[in-house]
Amino acid sequence: MSARKILIIGNGVAGVTAARTLRRLGSKDEITLISAETDHFFSRTALMYIYMGHMRYENTKPYEDGFWDEHRIGRLRARVTRVDTGAKQLHLDSGATMPYDALVVASGSKSNKFGWPGQDLPGVQALYSYQDLELLEANTASGRVRRAVVVGGGLIGVELTEMLLTRGIPVTFLVREPGWMSFAYPPEESAMIARHLREHGVDLRFGTEMERIEAGPDGRARAVVTKSGEEIPCELVGLTVGVGPNVDFLKDSGIETNRGVLVDEHLRTNLPDVYAAGDCAEVRQARPGRRPVEPLWYVGRRMGETVGYNLAGKPTVYEPGTWFNSAKFFDLEWQVYGQVPAQPGEGEESIYWEHPAGKLGLRLNYRGPDGPVLGFQVMGIRYRHEVCQEWLEAGRPIRWVLENLGVANFDPEFYRQYEHELVAVYNRRHPESPVTLKRKRGLAGLSALRRAS
Amino acid sequence: MSHGSSSALRTLQLAGLGLFLLGFGLFLIVPFFDYYVADDAAWSVALEKIKPEHRDALRGAFSNPTDPRSVVAFGLAANRAVAAVNAGLPAGAGIAGYETKEFRLALATAAERGPVVRSPGLWAALTWGLACFGALLFFLPRLRQEPPGIKNHRIFFDPVKSRGAIGIALGAFLIGFYILLYFRPEFITGWIRLADPVAQLLKGKTADRWFFYGFLYCLAVLVMGIRFAINYRHSRYQLVRTASVTFFQLGFAFLIPNVLEALNKPSMDLKNAWPLNYTFFYDWNLNGLKSGGTFGWVLLWWGVALSFLVVPAFAAFFGKRWYCSWVCGCGGLAETLGDPFRQQSDKSKRAWKIERWVIHSVLVFAVVMTGLTLWNYHTGGFGNSYWKWQEWYGFAIGSIFAGVVGTGFYPLMGNRMWCRFGCPLAAILGMVQKYKSRFRITTNGGQCISCGNCSTYCEMGIDVRWYAQRGQNIIRSSCVGCGICSQVCPRGVLRLENGPTAGRYNEVSLVQIGSGRIDVR
Repeated sequence: MSARKILIIGNGVAGVTAARTLRRLGSKDEITLISAETDHFFSRTALMYIYMGHMRYENTKPYEDGFWDEHRIGRLRARVTRVDTGAKQLHLDSGATMPYDALVVASGSKSNKFGWPGQDLPGVQALYSYQDLELLEANTASGRVRRAVVVGGGLIGVELTEMLLTRGIPVTFLVREPGWMSFAYPPEESAMIARHLREHGVDLRFGTEMERIEAGPDGRARAVVTKSGEEIPCELVGLTVGVGPNVDFLKDSGIETNRGVLVDEHLRTNLPDVYAAGDCAEVRQARPGRRPVEPLWYVGRRMGETVGYNLAGKPTVYEPGTWFNSAKFFDLEWQVYGQVPAQPGEGEESIYWEHPAGKLGLRLNYRGPDGPVLGFQVMGIRYRHEVCQEWLEAGRPIRWVLENLGVANFDPEFYRQYEHELVAVYNRRHPESPVTLKRKRGLAGLSALRRAS
Repeated sequence: MSHGSSSALRTLQLAGLGLFLLGFGLFLIVPFFDYYVADDAAWSVALEKIKPEHRDALRGAFSNPTDPRSVVAFGLAANRAVAAVNAGLPAGAGIAGYETKEFRLALATAAERGPVVRSPGLWAALTWGLACFGALLFFLPRLRQEPPGIKNHRIFFDPVKSRGAIGIALGAFLIGFYILLYFRPEFITGWIRLADPVAQLLKGKTADRWFFYGFLYCLAVLVMGIRFAINYRHSRYQLVRTASVTFFQLGFAFLIPNVLEALNKPSMDLKNAWPLNYTFFYDWNLNGLKSGGTFGWVLLWWGVALSFLVVPAFAAFFGKRWYCSWVCGCGGLAETLGDPFRQQSDKSKRAWKIERWVIHSVLVFAVVMTGLTLWNYHTGGFGNSYWKWQEWYGFAIGSIFAGVVGTGFYPLMGNRMWCRFGCPLAAILGMVQKYKSRFRITTNGGQCISCGNCSTYCEMGIDVRWYAQRGQNIIRSSCVGCGICSQVCPRGVLRLENGPTAGRYNEVSLVQIGSGRIDVR
């Protein structure tokens, strides 16, 4: 294959992984990453740590600056204003055009706004981009903010809350739902997270919706008014009500979009030589249990890799793989492997153990009474990805999983293990034939298990 | 946490900070409090350090010895006297460098008069006593201020921890401290007196400069170890490790050798292995141990076994961490006093390259120097030429690299400068760790989000993220296994573990974990 000009819109994890994969597969193509946001790839998930002083921007770059030249991956700081798929060229905000042989749209997300009165006032902002971070610095400079209101109870809302608290800014956190992400988390985990936020001094208000934002005499946000009429004085309003695909610039390009750029199982759009990956992509036929748009680091990385293979002439279907995710709510780590919905489905069972101190939790979902394990969810405890995935994909029955559960633990050495407690929960439910926990954490146990099975 | 008590705790902390600064400030000026008079008694002690043929000339060259002088004036006068004697003699025939240093220190120590030498207990309480009390008062309220967990807030805005003005000043102080301690101890006899109460208690005599240094070292490890334990109280790994490294410093490096010395036994730091302990095979040490009867021989063989069997064998089972971040004194100081500065280590590939060249060069230097020493010890065939090697190693590596740079540069370039770039024992352990060990840091499948916390807080400057984001185990010779990367990871990605070596070097990228596709590099 002769060298093509491959342009990638977006230098986030999806675009970068596509470029990296293509290079690693030996491509001689001319690859250019185009970003309006930053000169170099940085970890979006680490923006919060810059504001909190855990890292500098430099520390959030996964590769040294020299890496890109070394791997002949070009970088261009520009905003793509229009995609001319007929002439196969991009129009940039500078007025320049760039021709391409193949195009990858990896333009990420933009923050949602739902038409609230006052949502565009100074002092009202979202948190997604590097520019949002700069705006937050400006908005919270020199003691200007005595209280902030964060609207929308997702992960970014928690992050923004944590960020502001480290600067000594009290936060009122408005959540529409009656509990913490009660549509997604089982009640116990939901309650644990809510408790944890309150322990950190967050003024957490469930079942509370914002009606409008009031402006002060200086034209900046002055207060949030809730649907129940309460006025909460504040100088900063964080809108963290989710994100949506950033695809407005593709209007009239001929690239088919719905919410995001529509892609088939090879992540191809309706046009030849145009692919999409990451937050901005919308899978035409999502796999069971998965959503068409999944704005997630892991999904972006995986889609980027798939696009890299396809561009390299190795046709590859996007396999979302067994679901996993993780997050950290203040000090509370969370991991999930497989499906752990708020309520177990028909014919499914769920066992849960929580430490008396309320900061550790273990949950297993399975098809009862001795069917395959369906999901692992851990709070304040770490589990081994490889092991959980192996067991989920093999459909290991719950009793077998419980016997070997110690091996799934990934906590640091010397940490106490609590798998026996979860086994006890199961045994109380099925006293007729109790399960005995056989294995402990660690590589020795893991290799013994592999030899045995 | 109730916010009602937070202002009281904050007040307590501010009081602690104030007391610390007061104690530390007094410590800085204590050496200037006393004056110095070289009377007959002082001379008789100090001239012992000088070869007999120079004694009269030296004493004669010291003008007006009984005039009270300040510490600086006295030190300079002693130095001038030595220079005056040597000026009249051909090169090589004068007073040798090592004699000079010992002479100046002995003379100043014996000549010291004034409030500090009169009541060292009072000044000990007012300096390190107050500083330690204040520091603890500053750290302890954290137990009630915030729930346990990683709290790296504002580190990169902090003028101490992010190489700001105070950090640079602190670095300058530490560098100055080591230069005075190693090369100009006659200027800090007032400091040495501050350890007298402890030396009297332990050994029944006054402190010398190495006792003073060892004591201060222990205080730093203890107080900053308490700080570390408070900050990482949610982690049993960190608590056990910190208890271990503190125990070995206080017990093995300090108490046991000093008690042995008090009992007139051959004495040694039982955990200090060659070649970190580069003087182990020096004539005076071997002779000292051999003349110490059965006990001395036991110590001698223990030292040999420790260096060549115990340390490498344990590294094969547990990685070099068992020594470097669980037992070692340098590691102990780095993990406690140095912990606030771990983010200053250089993560670049360039630094890694320099590291490999420098640390292995030091190892070669240490091996050659020790080889020459031992060869000479057995054959006597070298005359004095091996002595130059010892002198250069002691100066360049033992004093400048391990001390002045190793600790002085904490606030400037991170807390493991010596361990990473210089320590020859770490170089040996690193080879074991890389090629023949059951230790690795496992990456947890695809959970890495490339945030960079692990790399940022790696004191050894390892770009942990490079491996983690491609699902690769981290096996690096420099890793000391402190475990902080695993602690600061927000997604539960990293685990330090020992285990079967099959698959330790996993070249498979797990980004596509589960899809059955094996990634090519």
